[in-house]
Amino acid sequence: MSDGATGAAVRLRDVAVRYPEADRDAVGGVDLDVPAGAFVVLLGPSGCGKSTLLRTINRLVLPYRGAIEVGGSDVTESDPETLRRGIGYVIQAVGLFPHLSVAKNIAVVPQLLRWPADAIAARVDELLELVRLDPARYRERLPRELSGGEQQRVGVARALAARPRVLLMDEPFGAVDAIVRTSLQDETLRIHRVLGTTILFVTHDVDEALRLADRIVVMKEGRIEQDGTPLRVLAKPATPYVEALLDAKDAVRRLSLLHARDALRPANGADTAGAPLGAQAYRVEAGATLRTVLSELLEHADAVDVVEDGRRIGTLSFADVRAALLASER
Amino acid sequence: MILSAAALAAALFIALPVAASLARAGLARSAWLGAIGTARVIPSLAVLALMLPLIGIGFAPSFVALTLLAIPPIAINTDLGLRGVPAAVREAARGLGMSEQQIGLRVDWPLALPIVFSGVRTATVEVIASATLAGFIGGGGLGEYVINALAANQMPQLLEGAAGVAMLALLADTSLAALERCFAYTEMRPA
Repeated sequence: MSDGATGAAVRLRDVAVRYPEADRDAVGGVDLDVPAGAFVVLLGPSGCGKSTLLRTINRLVLPYRGAIEVGGSDVTESDPETLRRGIGYVIQAVGLFPHLSVAKNIAVVPQLLRWPADAIAARVDELLELVRLDPARYRERLPRELSGGEQQRVGVARALAARPRVLLMDEPFGAVDAIVRTSLQDETLRIHRVLGTTILFVTHDVDEALRLADRIVVMKEGRIEQDGTPLRVLAKPATPYVEALLDAKDAVRRLSLLHARDALRPANGADTAGAPLGAQAYRVEAGATLRTVLSELLEHADAVDVVEDGRRIGTLSFADVRAALLASER
Repeated sequence: MILSAAALAAALFIALPVAASLARAGLARSAWLGAIGTARVIPSLAVLALMLPLIGIGFAPSFVALTLLAIPPIAINTDLGLRGVPAAVREAARGLGMSEQQIGLRVDWPLALPIVFSGVRTATVEVIASATLAGFIGGGGLGEYVINALAANQMPQLLEGAAGVAMLALLADTSLAALERCFAYTEMRPA
């Protein structure tokens, strides 16, 4: 990708929102610092204020108190349209323009910014490739000719069109089936890695949050309940609410955040390290989660080999998995 | 013919902007649609008759009456069309950084157009058909032909006039239908 721009930091100070005729704040004085390039997930049940908080960042919702900075400048400095053209926005309902082709949907923001036509055309193809849709096949299609998953891919491409430094995603994969959702999550992680865009992602799906986030912000009734890495939030839930929401007592769930590479007992001695693999031994990839390892152990053996690039780099037993789990709590 | 066209143009001129500006206004919209609904039940002949004491006879009262007649279908369909634009599409448009004006021009109107257009079509047919009645108050046109024939009990002349009106209405309807298909991308057509 030719995108030179990386993410921008987002800073919220004492942001409070109240909707007309509501008797309490939808967001009640929230502070949040999102470093440039982070992938932060806002997690909580519906009505907890997570979407409202997200929408204050591109000024779709106006706080009655507090300050919001994107890339160091206050969001009230520029007019809302200019601000929004620089911030990607993806919503659950996608909201593609039904009367426009895929290419024209993606081109909306570059057109608003008056990019030259050839630059727009090149960008559209580049983005379709980024979201893994064949430009030649999809460019001229209408949204109604696409599946739900394909539509959301176009939605993501449209949001990224003008190289925003921040991408806001509001339950973007809530309406697609589980298999498509997993693949869209993988794509999102890959795009985040490639572009370095700061992503703020809203969901009520705990597994989705654990899968995607560098950092999880758990919300309840308009306030932040806990803010930390997925492992931290699971291992040390700050409140009973967080513990219940994440089902944090579930050790297996925590194992899904740990990897074989980090827990293995290294193979030492010339006879075993890097030795060719025996046909009999059970093995797992170094990048596999300990949850997968546990499942292998339960089914097959007391210890499994950990392999990387086809070579054995260590072993894992029940005791090793348990030790890793306990270590994660510290 | 001129009468019908003029009345339609005037109705478009009034109904489109009013309906558009009220489509997203709560109370004012209800009042406006209520008024239109009420006006709609008054028969065209009655509207023409009411014009007599107010404006007299001739082109002007016929024009006013036919304009009033054409407003409801156009206004109602404009309202329907604009309100039929999915909320998610408008939300996305706003989130992408379109101004209200750009949303209207690039999203609302293109999506509402097929429905607005079918309202115009209904209005056109109604106006052409009712223009015949304008003959009664000296509005001219084919109506005069029919009414004179009726008075003189000239059956062939009567049929000629009536057939003329019918042909005109059909022609207008089919050509507008064809035009409508050019705009209509099929998405908005309910299955």
